[in-house]
Amino acid sequence: MFDFGKWTSAFNEWLLGSGMADWLAVLIECVIIAVMILGVYTVLALFYILYERKLCAWFQCRLGPMRVGRWGLLQVFADMFKILIKELICLKGTDRFLFKLAPYLVITSSVVMLACLPWGNGLQIIDWNIGIFFVLAVSSVGVLGILLAGWSSNNKYTLIGAMRSGAQMVSYEISLGLAIMTIVVLAGTMDISQLVAEQADAWFLFKGHIPAIIAFIIYVIAATAETNRGPFDLPEAEHELTAGYHTEYSGIHFGFFYLAEYLNLFIVSGIASLMFLGGWMPLHVPGWEGFNHVMDFIPSPVWFILKAFFISFIIIWFKWTFPRVRIDQLLSFEWKYLMPFALANLLLMTVFVALGWHF
Amino acid sequence: MNLLCEIGNGALSVTATLTGIGLVFAALLIAKLISPKSYSVRKAEPYECGIPTRGASMIQFKAGYYIFAILFLLFDVEVVFLYPWATVMRSLGPTGILCIGIFMFVLIMGLAYAWRKGALKWE
Repeated sequence: MFDFGKWTSAFNEWLLGSGMADWLAVLIECVIIAVMILGVYTVLALFYILYERKLCAWFQCRLGPMRVGRWGLLQVFADMFKILIKELICLKGTDRFLFKLAPYLVITSSVVMLACLPWGNGLQIIDWNIGIFFVLAVSSVGVLGILLAGWSSNNKYTLIGAMRSGAQMVSYEISLGLAIMTIVVLAGTMDISQLVAEQADAWFLFKGHIPAIIAFIIYVIAATAETNRGPFDLPEAEHELTAGYHTEYSGIHFGFFYLAEYLNLFIVSGIASLMFLGGWMPLHVPGWEGFNHVMDFIPSPVWFILKAFFISFIIIWFKWTFPRVRIDQLLSFEWKYLMPFALANLLLMTVFVALGWHF
Repeated sequence: MNLLCEIGNGALSVTATLTGIGLVFAALLIAKLISPKSYSVRKAEPYECGIPTRGASMIQFKAGYYIFAILFLLFDVEVVFLYPWATVMRSLGPTGILCIGIFMFVLIMGLAYAWRKGALKWE
């Protein structure tokens, strides 16, 4: 596989060798990284909005956006500019400070999570040795933003939406954490780059067979609930709560929540592909030398992005297949079925690893 | 395996955080510059299906949610404790598995108690 780390380290050496002060070189690198993150964030958000609208249309036998640009490709740009020129309304009785703080929390948490993902061989920005744990910790900050948005809006619908969202997101976070931990037990590391490197011979989904497959199913269900999508979109149940926690936000303020929702969809899919489907690692079958060699020719970022899009496709599919659940069904499903199952699965994986039954 | 390993993860995390803040700030600035501004008393009222709001909205809320929040706190701390164990599980051997088994048993008994007491029932 081509190592993008060569380019970055060559650039780094060139920058340091060009005779400028060290702090200036580091500053320039940080600015370049910030611009790259911004670019990827925006492109992904625009792509995902179109992706979801086209998929929804496809599931419902419609065409979706077709008027603006060829096949409606420019529709998202039109939407973006429309949302930018809308008035920002700040209502009477809102808590101004918290009202304006909420989008910052939601967007910042998704940007930091995006920077942790392994984009390709040598293409990773933040790489703590507690990587995946750091991602989970940062994801909890987004819940705070949603709770603040609902609370500060001075509207009973937003308050109910935010409380539902909070209860839902914190509940499913436990199953999410336990499903990821099952794979950490198998891998023996939390470092994201090492997690990917461990999957060079086979992906964890195949390495850990039964417990890994159960963990994958639990993860996808919990991730759907975490992103407030599919059958679990209670916080925005239109006919009950108008639009949930972001009812009172207008213009780009609303746009931030919309953006973060799509980015979170990509991020949970990215983590699923990192933990279960091998991150940027190509599909390798032990023993098939020729097949493995052909697979190595596909660049690593393509692998990562296609896997993430595939998981997103499944999560979008859920939305059009299952009816929305009630709040009591939602919480009892998590606490009475999913979480005990995830705990039992963790013990099963421990037994498998201790006895060496994995590949 | 960092993109630029000389910078260090701390500085990179700060960069990513500042990028997020900068994104929101820049977009808000652009929106402020090009969006129209107008004010009227009617427009500043909260939207509740078009009916005037009755009473305060920032009120004390149903207790059903807080029981789940407390349970979440318990289990999230448990998850935090389990992560380091999961990382070093292989080197700890049978003793580690036995100890974590006792830890999990206590927690599962706690969940069973909460279940029995009806804390997981939605009323």
